[in-house]
Order: sequence, then structure tokens, then C-alpha cells
Amino acid sequence: MANGTERVVVVGGGLAGLAAAMRLAEAGVHVDLISMVPVKRSHSVCAQGGINSVNTATRELGDSEWLHLDDTVYGGDFLQHQPPVKEMCDWGPRIIDLMDRLGVTFNRTSEGHRDQRRFGGTMYKRTAFAGATTGQQLIYALDEQCRRWEADGLIDKYEYWEFLGPILDDNGMCRGVVAQDMFSMEIRAFRAGAVVMAHGGCGLIYGRSTMSMICTGGAAGRAYKAGVKYANGEFIQVHPTAIPGTDKLRLMSESARGEGGRVWVPRKPQDSRDPRSIPEADRYYFLEERYPKYGNLVPRDIATREIFDICVNHKLSVEEGRLCVYLDLTHLPSETHRKLEGILEIYEKFQATDPRVTPMKIFPGVHYTMGGLWCDFEKDENSGGMLSGSPRNHQSNVPGLFVIGEADYQYHGGNRLGANSLLSCIFSGMFVAPCMQNYMASAGGGSADDFPASLFDGEVDRHREAMEALIKRAGDENPYLLHQELGDVMTRNVTVVRENKQVEETLSKIEEIEDRYARAALTDQGRWTNQNLSFTRALDDMIVLARVIAQGALQRDECRGAHYKPAFQIRPPDADDAAGMRRQANEWCDAFAVKNEKWLKSTIAEFTPDGPKFSYEAVDTSLIPPRPRTYGLKGAEIIEDVWRERLAGGGPGKSATESGKEAVTSA
Amino acid sequence: MSETVTIAVKRQDKPHGGSRWEKYAVAHEPGMNITTALQWIAAHPVTVDGKHTAPVAYDANCLEEVCGACTMRINGRVRQACTALVDRLLEDQPDQITLEPMSKFPVVRDLQVDRSRMFESLRRVRAWVPVDGYFDRGAGPQISQDAQEAAYPLTTCMTCGCCVDACPQFNDKSDFIGPAAISQGVLFNEHPIGRFDADKRMAVIAGAGGIADCGNAQNCVKVCPKNIPLVQSIAKAGRAATTYAIKRFFHA
Ligand SMILES: Cc1cc2nc3c(=O)[nH]c(=O)nc-3n(C[C@H](O)[C@H](O)[C@H](O)COP(=O)(O)OP(=O)(O)OC[C@H]3O[C@@H](n4cnc5c(N)ncnc54)[C@H](O)[C@@H]3O)c2cc1C
Ligand code: SF4
Ligand code: SF4
Ligand code: FES
Repeated sequence: MANGTERVVVVGGGLAGLAAAMRLAEAGVHVDLISMVPVKRSHSVCAQGGINSVNTATRELGDSEWLHLDDTVYGGDFLQHQPPVKEMCDWGPRIIDLMDRLGVTFNRTSEGHRDQRRFGGTMYKRTAFAGATTGQQLIYALDEQCRRWEADGLIDKYEYWEFLGPILDDNGMCRGVVAQDMFSMEIRAFRAGAVVMAHGGCGLIYGRSTMSMICTGGAAGRAYKAGVKYANGEFIQVHPTAIPGTDKLRLMSESARGEGGRVWVPRKPQDSRDPRSIPEADRYYFLEERYPKYGNLVPRDIATREIFDICVNHKLSVEEGRLCVYLDLTHLPSETHRKLEGILEIYEKFQATDPRVTPMKIFPGVHYTMGGLWCDFEKDENSGGMLSGSPRNHQSNVPGLFVIGEADYQYHGGNRLGANSLLSCIFSGMFVAPCMQNYMASAGGGSADDFPASLFDGEVDRHREAMEALIKRAGDENPYLLHQELGDVMTRNVTVVRENKQVEETLSKIEEIEDRYARAALTDQGRWTNQNLSFTRALDDMIVLARVIAQGALQRDECRGAHYKPAFQIRPPDADDAAGMRRQANEWCDAFAVKNEKWLKSTIAEFTPDGPKFSYEAVDTSLIPPRPRTYGLKGAEIIEDVWRERLAGGGPGKSATESGKEAVTSA
Repeated sequence: MSETVTIAVKRQDKPHGGSRWEKYAVAHEPGMNITTALQWIAAHPVTVDGKHTAPVAYDANCLEEVCGACTMRINGRVRQACTALVDRLLEDQPDQITLEPMSKFPVVRDLQVDRSRMFESLRRVRAWVPVDGYFDRGAGPQISQDAQEAAYPLTTCMTCGCCVDACPQFNDKSDFIGPAAISQGVLFNEHPIGRFDADKRMAVIAGAGGIADCGNAQNCVKVCPKNIPLVQSIAKAGRAATTYAIKRFFHA
């Protein structure tokens, strides 16, 4: 071991947590890995479609890490700090190589190289994949490596342990965590020189989502309540293609469209014919018609809004009583169906229809949290990326507490591109390890051994008392039904289309739920494997975060990425003549510049007992200047032309370094 | 279709404790699965006799049969609760659906069991690629499409435990590592780099609690939700064990 006192806690054993754990163990740091589920069953197993990086095949076509960066920030509507994204894209090829060496069964070309498919928001085939179960294969590879370190004594796994909160010393520095054994209900402290949070997303705030059952946001809520800032909460990704179910929404991966799947509705509303017998002329491939360049592979926020628009405003839903559109794979060869086996099986198992012969019926569903716990970065002025090993990278405002994976907010801005999350999770896990080590080696950082037992015992007692109070609480409210109410109101009002009046109503509803939560009683008062307790405790965190999300959405009066407020949309040009169009496009660009001035900022929420306190932080767009995000929408070309002319004239947001490059993708 | 479904759950409060059956009349929803029924019971924990009870403890996470958490015995058959659709179960057995914990693992509570023995077996067979380190060494070995297609099904094993639950040789009296771990051993022995550790794996697979304990009853393959060719893996492991034994014999 490099240093006998180096000991860290990793909260969460998804891709991010496992990548951090194995990298730290390799460096000789002892890791306590805490996870509510056996790490092999973490939510990361659900990822289907693949993982992005530039590769030899795309390079041949002119692709580069820079273009991956460009696609990612354009896709995110420029809300992410660019240096971390650049670093991630630069690491992409190395990450895939490593996963390849670890034995991931990536699909192969006939010569034995890794095969790639195309995903949304890019023109390049950057996405490496293992059938349609890429996340499962990636996490297994990391799980296997961690098992190896476990056998060597460098990783201690605490599976079925739940994180309850960080332990902060008198100076507000993190010295460990409190966690609970979910079987024996024992609560204990884990001392640590540094802690890294890798607890994933919080989709369960919306009731049903494509996420797994433990994605409640419980850990995020607890860190937030302890003083960690929460950033960009209102940015929630709604995936365009999910199948609604009674317990969850099951994803139909973007890879279905990446492999040639097409989205359509009959031109005649609720055409009762068998979809297979509806001729081409009677089908409306609305994404392809509206976005000729990207077609079915526009980014998710756009595809989702278009599907909504088709069903709600144009009343073209396939079914009368239920909103859905067709996702059609029936024209694809059986070879392609085989590559998508994993997801086709899911559809078949739950819908009892064969998607190889009948078009699937799908509708958008809550899928991903772009926002998360706030964390810092240090820019490398030479490369434009992050400075390797800087303790600032991924460290939150609480010294010694780091954040990685879906739990952080750094990489995806206003909208995440498909197959970029697996990359950001593994990358941030790998990258954070030396940063944590350097933090521990720095003055004030490091060993928790010198701190008195009273610090840790006091925190354990506090959590134990809170648990006892919850167990004994009497009242007439049912936590599961309260959760449903919360999920319903959030899904109705704070997803795809956001109207201030409805968001305000949601906030009052959240307040009501919060009051009623104080009367939510447990039906299980036992002290052995009490899942009722664990869920009810997490409900409190969900309510706290729901407020951060809804309040953040209310305050942000603009449209950006997944956050869409029609009342604040800049009106697109629609004049009849060229001069009129140009004039309107100029007005559009003026309004766009004003909007960026005001809103190209990260939302930062800080916990106070009276509700979140908000502030806004400038976004580092030093590498690629923000530009209108039209994705070649038919009729919007003029906006791009006008904006380009302005940039060429040294207009708003001009970048000194790489301004020539952005022309490539906006061309 | 009636408006409620009767679900009988075998409950047990503690490890080693006694068990009892409780029945619930669960509201029927079209397309519902067993996890939905368990969620419903958690929200309405009252038995058909009107007795108030604690929510049923069970494991579940992905709800799409990819994490392996929710394995239990449903109408006597070991499988995942999330892909067990209520309407389909009622077709076979209309009066009630029974839920029991897996039979080969210690019960923690109700339907939740402790499967750590399976993970321990994975450690024993060294189910990993022994890479030098996580620094940049370029891409992994080139792999043919055929080899990828052969390996891929084995890599979908989610350590759910159906196979060992159905295996007559796997019980608390034997230390048989079970078909899932054998299959993982085969997977890594066939990997171009994984095979560097093949002898270490074979020492376990050919040793006590290894392949010799398999009675070849082939129950495992019938219940594997991922259709993993376990019998094929077992046959390969058996052949490799023989070769390994001969090699050991001559080197001893
Ligand atoms: C259906 C689906 C498909 C997807 N497909 C893709 C894809 O193809 N490509 C892509 O790039 N991305 C995809 N994503 C997104 C991606 O899978 C996730 O963002 C990513 O896996 C998150 O990994 P993570 O390590 O951050 O967290 P997770 O995998 O969610 O892990 C969280 C960990 O934290 C632990 N934990 C949580 N709370 C606590 C607590 N209180 N105490 C202790 N431990 C706790 C859990 O036990 C778990 O181990 C998909 C997402 C979904 C929902
Ligand atoms: S073949 Fe039979 S004895 Fe062997 S592992 Fe499978 S079920 Fe068990
Ligand atoms: S081999 Fe099949 S049944 Fe056995 S643990 Fe793996 S997935 Fe489950
Ligand atoms: S919940 Fe994951 S397999 Fe059923």
C-alpha cells in the first residue's frame, strides 16, 4: 500500500463507482465500497445501446475528439462547462480500449475489430456496443476487476448497505459517511480520507421512469441536505422511445433507430388498419420530414417534443385513448434484428407482440438526470481539458467529498446525447482517482484516523434517533401512495412541456405532500430488513429534490435542451418573402444572444430549511462558442446562415482558438 | 377477468425462523407483473382475512430481467418476478398465484435470500481477465465474429441463481460451485488473455466442489432465463478437467 492511512469510501457500485474503486485499488488505496444492491445488480446493467468514442473508422471520415466535443455541447445546448467534456472526449478511445482489454464482448467486424453503430445527435458511427446489453457487459467487466481487488484485500464491499449521510468535521470537511446495513439495520460510521458519491440518477421522483427501483435520489438528497450544492436540477431527460408498463417504463434503446428503425404515425388519425398494410404514402415519418439531415437520430429532447407534438397538438396518436407512435423495425434484415436481440426480447416479453413483424408502439418516458450534485474542475490551459490529478476536479463544495457518474452534473448540460453517459461514468470514475489521492496528500486532507471517535459516534447517534423517530411516527398517510401522487404531478407538469402556472401548482402540491409526509407512518416497525423504512426515508429526499427540480424549472424562463417552456420560445421566422425571413432571423439571433446572456448559466441550489436557495453560475464556453441549435430543421436554415455571418464578423461568442472548426458541423 | 388476483406469499420474518402463508387480494391491472403485485401489497398491506401485516420483503431493481435481483419461486417454478406476467400465470393456474423464496439459499426475510455464495464461487473460479493494469495499452485482442457470438451469451449471466436453485447437486450440504460459475470459468478460459489463468481456474473446476459434482441432470439449462448454453459449458469444462488431470498427473 502506498500509504497506510489512505482509505476512501465509494458510495455506489454502478459503472462510475466501480471504475473509481478499481483505479484507486490499483494505486494502493484501500476502498470501502457501499451499495444498496449487490454491485452487479446496479442500474448500469440497464444500459442497452452502447458507448461513444471516436474510433479508427470515424476518423477516416474526418471525425475527431474535437467533433465529439462539439456534438456533445451542441447536443447539451451549451450548458456544460467545456473543459471536462473535452477531457472526456479525449479519453474516449482509451476507455473503450480498456473495456475491450477487460473482456467486454463488443460486437465485431468480420476482421475482428470492434463494430460501431450510429446514435442520436451525431453524423458519425461512434458507438461501440455489445449486442443490446452494453451496460450489463461493461459493468460486469468492472465488477470482475473489483472482485479481483477484493480477493487481494484492497476493496471491502458493503453490499446491501445504505448511505445515510456524509460526516463533516467542525471545518466542514468530509471525514467519512454513515451507512446502514439493510439486513441487520445496524448503523455505523466509515472513516475516510475522502468520499466519492456515485449513486446514480433520481428518476423515481417521477414515479415511473426507465430507471431502476433504487434510483430514488435518496443519496443525493442526503448529501444536498448536508450542504452539497445541487446543480441544474431542472434538466431531466425524457427519452423519446419507451414502452409504458404498470411498474416502470421500459426503454426501447436509441440503437433501434441507430440500426435503421423509423418512427411514424398514420397520416389519417387513428387509422384502424393493420400497420403493416398501411402503404408508404399514408405514413407520416415526421422526424425524417422535419429534420432531413438527422432524421430519426435527432437528439432526444427534440425527438421527444416532436412525438408529443404529433400526439397532443396534431392528434395523430396511433391509438385513440392512449398516446403512442410507431417505432418500426420490421423492414430491417434479420442480421440487424439479431444485434438488437436484448431489447426486442424485452418488448416481446412485456407486450406479447413480435417487434420483428409488427411495429412497436412507444411513447416518451423519464430517463436521465442531467443535473446532479455540483462539483468543480480545473482547466488545463494548454490542452483546454481538465488538469490531470488536480484535487479540484469532481470535488464538491464540501472538501473531501467528490461526485462522479450520473450523480454529478458536469457532462451533459441541457440534454445528454445517447451513449455518452456510459462514457462519462467510466471516465469520471477513472479520472477522479488520482485527484482524490492528491487531495488526501494535501494539507488538511487525508487521514480521518486523527479525528476523535465522538465526531463519528455523534453522527451515528443522530441517524439512529432519526430512524427511531420515523419508526415510531404515527399518522394516516401512506408513503407509497404519497410517492404516486408526487410522481403523477411531476410527470404531468415538469417533463416535456413546462408552463409556469402548472409548475407553480406543482410546487404547492409538493408543499402539501411535504406536510402530509410528516404524517406518513410505517406499516413495518421491525428492526430487521425493513424495506418500508428505507423507502419512506428516501421519499423525504425525493420530496426535497422535487422542489429543487420544480423551483429551478419555474425560475428558468427560457428554452434550453430538455427544458422547454413554450411561453419563452423565440418565435421562428415565418415571413413569406426572403427579406422578411432575413429580418426575422436577425431578430431571432438578437433574442438568442440576449437569452444566452441571461440564461447560459448553471442553476445552483443550496439547501436551507425553508427551501432551496438559488444562484446562477457562468458556464465555461471557452472552447466552442454557443450557437443556435436547429439540427437542420426545415425552414430554420436562415437562422444558421445569419448566425454564421455574425460570427464571421466577430459577433457574439466568437472564440479565438477553434472558431474555424465549428463550421464543420453546422455546415 | 376478475378485479382482484389472489396472491399467496410464503413469509418468514427472520433467517432460520418459521414460515407461514399469507394471502392478498391484489387489484388487477392489465399487463401487470409480479413486481407490480408486490408493490401493490406494500401500499396495501392487509391480508384477505383483514389482518394488517408488514410489506413483503423482496429484491428487485431493473424490472426488465437484466439485473437478476428478483428471482423467486412463482407457482413453484424459479424465475424472475419482473417478467412473470400475472395474466399468463392465471392462464395456467386460475385460482391463485404462489410466491416462495428460492429454495437453495438462506432466507433473509420473506422472498429475499442471501446469494453471496454465488459471488464467492465467481471469486473462486477467478472470473476476470488478468490485465496488467488500467493504463493505456491500446485495444484488446482481435476477436472473430464467431468467437464473439459464442462468448456473448455466457456474458449475459446475471448471477440470478435460477440454475443453481434447480440443480439437485447444489445444496447446503455440498460446496458445489454450480453451473453459473462453471460457465464463467469456461468463458474466461476461452478468452485470448483470460486463458493465461486457465490452469488456476481448472484447479478449482477440477477440484472439490467443481465439475465432478455435476450429475448432469440438465435442470439448470431449462430454467436459465437467458438461455445460456450451460450444458455445453459443463461439457467443455468436463473435457478440460480431464486434460488438466492428465497434465497434472505427468507434472506431479
Ligand atoms: C434503460 C436505460 C438504458 C440506458 N442506456 C444507455 C446507453 O445505451 N448508453 C449510455 O451511455 N447510457 C445509457 N443509459 C444511462 C446510463 O445507464 C446511466 O446513466 C449509468 O449507468 C449510471 O451509472 P452510475 O454508475 O452513475 O450509477 P448506477 O449504475 O445507477 O449505480 C448507482 C449505485 O449507487 C448505489 N446507491 C444508490 N443510492 C445509494 C445509497 N443511498 N446508499 C448506498 N448505495 C447507493 C446503487 O446501489 C448503485 O450501486 C441508460 C439508462 C437507462 C435507464
Ligand atoms: S447439469 Fe444438472 S447437476 Fe449439473 S449443474 Fe446442471 S442441474 Fe446441476
Ligand atoms: S446461468 Fe442463467 S440461471 Fe444461472 S445465474 Fe446465470 S443467468 Fe441465472
Ligand atoms: S428486477 Fe432485475 S431481473 Fe427482475
